Amino acid sequence: MTEFRVENLTVMRGSARVLDRACLHLHPGEFVGLIGPNGAGKSTLLRAALGLVAAQGFSSLARLAPAARARTSAWLPQAREIAWPMPVIDLVALAQNGRRDAPQVRAALKRMDIAHLAQRPATALSGGEQARVLMARALAQDTPILLADEPIAGLDPAHQITCMNHCAARAAEGRTVLASLHDLGLAARYCARLVVVHEGRIVADGAPAKVLTPALLRDVFAIHCHIAQAEGGLIVQPLDALSSSAAKESCHVPR
Amino acid sequence: MLGSVRSSSLALALAAICAASALGAETGAKPAPAPARVVSINLCTDQLAMLLAAPGQLRSVTMLARDPTVSVLAERAQAYRTNHGHAEEVYLDWPDLVLAGRYTAQATVNMLRGLGIRVEIFEPAQSFNALQEDILQMGRVLGREPQARAMVDDFSKRLAALRASAPKGPRDVAATWAARGYMSGSQSLAAEIITTAGFAPLAVKLGRKAGSFLPLEALVMADPDLVIAGQSRAGHAHSEDMLAHPALRSLTGRQTALQSNAWVCGLPAVLEAVVALRATEGGTP
Amino acid sequence: MTRPWLLGVLAGAMGALFVISLLTGVADPGVATSLKALVLGGEGPLDIVMREIRLPRALLAVMVGASLGLAGAAMQGLLRNPLAEPGVIGISASAALGAVLALQTGLAAMVPLALPGAALLGALLGVGAILFLAGSGGGTLGLILAGIALSALASALTALVLNLSPNPFAAHDIVFWMMGSLADTSFTQVAIAAPVMALGWVLLGRSGRGLEALTLGEDTAASMGVNLARLRLAIVLGTAAAVGAATAVAGTVGFVGLVVPHVLRPWVGAHPGRLLPAAALGGAVLVLAADIAVRRILPGQDLKLGVLMALVGAPVFFHLIWRMRGRP
Repeated sequence: MTEFRVENLTVMRGSARVLDRACLHLHPGEFVGLIGPNGAGKSTLLRAALGLVAAQGFSSLARLAPAARARTSAWLPQAREIAWPMPVIDLVALAQNGRRDAPQVRAALKRMDIAHLAQRPATALSGGEQARVLMARALAQDTPILLADEPIAGLDPAHQITCMNHCAARAAEGRTVLASLHDLGLAARYCARLVVVHEGRIVADGAPAKVLTPALLRDVFAIHCHIAQAEGGLIVQPLDALSSSAAKESCHVPR
Repeated sequence: MLGSVRSSSLALALAAICAASALGAETGAKPAPAPARVVSINLCTDQLAMLLAAPGQLRSVTMLARDPTVSVLAERAQAYRTNHGHAEEVYLDWPDLVLAGRYTAQATVNMLRGLGIRVEIFEPAQSFNALQEDILQMGRVLGREPQARAMVDDFSKRLAALRASAPKGPRDVAATWAARGYMSGSQSLAAEIITTAGFAPLAVKLGRKAGSFLPLEALVMADPDLVIAGQSRAGHAHSEDMLAHPALRSLTGRQTALQSNAWVCGLPAVLEAVVALRATEGGTP
Repeated sequence: MTRPWLLGVLAGAMGALFVISLLTGVADPGVATSLKALVLGGEGPLDIVMREIRLPRALLAVMVGASLGLAGAAMQGLLRNPLAEPGVIGISASAALGAVLALQTGLAAMVPLALPGAALLGALLGVGAILFLAGSGGGTLGLILAGIALSALASALTALVLNLSPNPFAAHDIVFWMMGSLADTSFTQVAIAAPVMALGWVLLGRSGRGLEALTLGEDTAASMGVNLARLRLAIVLGTAAAVGAATAVAGTVGFVGLVVPHVLRPWVGAHPGRLLPAAALGGAVLVLAADIAVRRILPGQDLKLGVLMALVGAPVFFHLIWRMRGRP
């Protein structure tokens, strides 16, 4: 019921396969980073897994009835849409059927550091604050699985780190978190497992140190990175963009 | 195009209850030879002309003359060609006389006159006297004076008989009420029909000389004994929906009569409207 | 943020205006006499005026206003755009076309519910065209452009049908169908509008939770368990029924669904779901007030409701456009 499993998930857009036979199995307690360049198919994979786009193949979430799916998984889309100037607390409370006093709502406001904004109209907040409101809404849904599409885009560094910490903490509670990320450094540092999508396919899946090889960074991301081991985590610092075919020289890796 | 004919005829049918008097006509002087190709572009002149013209003298009448809801001679109009009252089609008929009403589009009349065609204007008759004047005027311009004279004589004889047999005593109040709440004034053909039939027109009681719009509430509060509703035409009009308002039916013990085609123009047929109205159940005994 | 007393205040205002509406008309025999005639009845002309002319008119003002307010709030919730109003985006005009066709073909005279039914169908085609042309995302530009095109087409076809009518008065009806009026309505109209309106109210009234979730966009709403297809269908059908029935009996009364949600939104904390009952009551208040005003300004003449609504609504429209400048 609470597992996340997709098998041979394929999405067609016209005659193009934007997602090609993706297979992914996540376990409770995992915080998994979904990485890949723009247009690789990260969002499509997440949306197809939720049943928000028509797809072939199997998805454990997409086959659930809408209500059951809402109890199992929360979803934070990339587009940050807030249509009406509703108070922040009410937006977050949407996850709990509008109950503002639900403990999950209070907790989510606190976690995302927006309790002081609770009564403000959400549309009057800055972009980063809105992103935190929406993340809080997803957290307040209190589901075993959380799917987030670029949850830290547009946040300041402190809030990016806090957000990643919260995702990791939720995984530590025995939940599953799958987040698409563009910041390879944060992904490598906070996710126990990274899944790389490239041209609609999952091309790598495993621990950051295994996945983020110089060859993969070159072939998939076309970048040159500095990779180091420090404070129990991997440090990945992109240094230079490669004009894809030209540079054979890749990441400099200290052992 | 179609619409403009209809709306001008609408103005006619509304203000109608009409015919024509000698105003504006080039009366007098030497009697011109009788016109041989006459075209009428007004519903009321259509019917007067059909009643008085010599065979072959009247070339065409308006489309409306064939509409039995407004024309008492709809049947007879089938024998004539019809026009839409436009200058060009009238002109192409080479008429030597065009018959028009006071409310016929002025542009049409001006254009026809500009083209050298004689146009006779008839004033809508607002009374039985004016109606007789119209008949005589029509006789004059068509060169059919003896026939017109005979028609007027017959009319006044029948009118006198109707007046003689008019019921005595207190009169019930009657009101005409047509689309959009139009009520004929106290100085109108309709008022004279109502009076001759033995009723008192509501317009007199309310002091409305000219025709005017009377809201439904005002009509109900005035509480007439008889409502003579305008006749609904083919097709639907929201403006006529009020004639079917349940409040009208609730005016207790009141009868509703219909304004027939005889109410529209000043023709001898108005006397048939008088007879029909007098026969209305609930009318003064 | 939501004031619990809001609905109470609106209902109170509606009740007060309802009574004032009953006391407004060309005949003015005094408050006590009028109300006595209304309550006790009888057979005199005043009883007929109160019970058969003013009572159905006031009832229809409430029903039409509630329908239009509710439909406006729901459409705005669905499209997440405060300019999405049935009158502005041509749904009312499409409903009017349906109604006129039913009347001119004689269908309305044969089948009792054909008039609101045809208006519903017209409105349904209108909503469908808007959603197809503008997309369900509710971009302002696409919405307004599609609305202008639909309004123009539907109004032109309505005028054409009325001009083709054999009835010389039909052409005059163009004003009624485009500006709306409650003059000389009766319980006949109440009876034919009520069932179709009720259908619309039920469909729209139950869409509140879905609209709340839709605040966060379609993806999020779907992930929160909202059945988007069903929600969309309910609002499209509900709007078509409410606007169709209202238009069939009162013509096109524009701007109600624009002004009322705009004014009431801050009072319900901008909640699109909580806005629904408030907008229904607010719509009733606005149309009652407007219908009283047209009778006070020009007693005895049929000043159209649409004239007054446009005078109130157009400035609100301008204000919204001004506020939305620069937004996609």
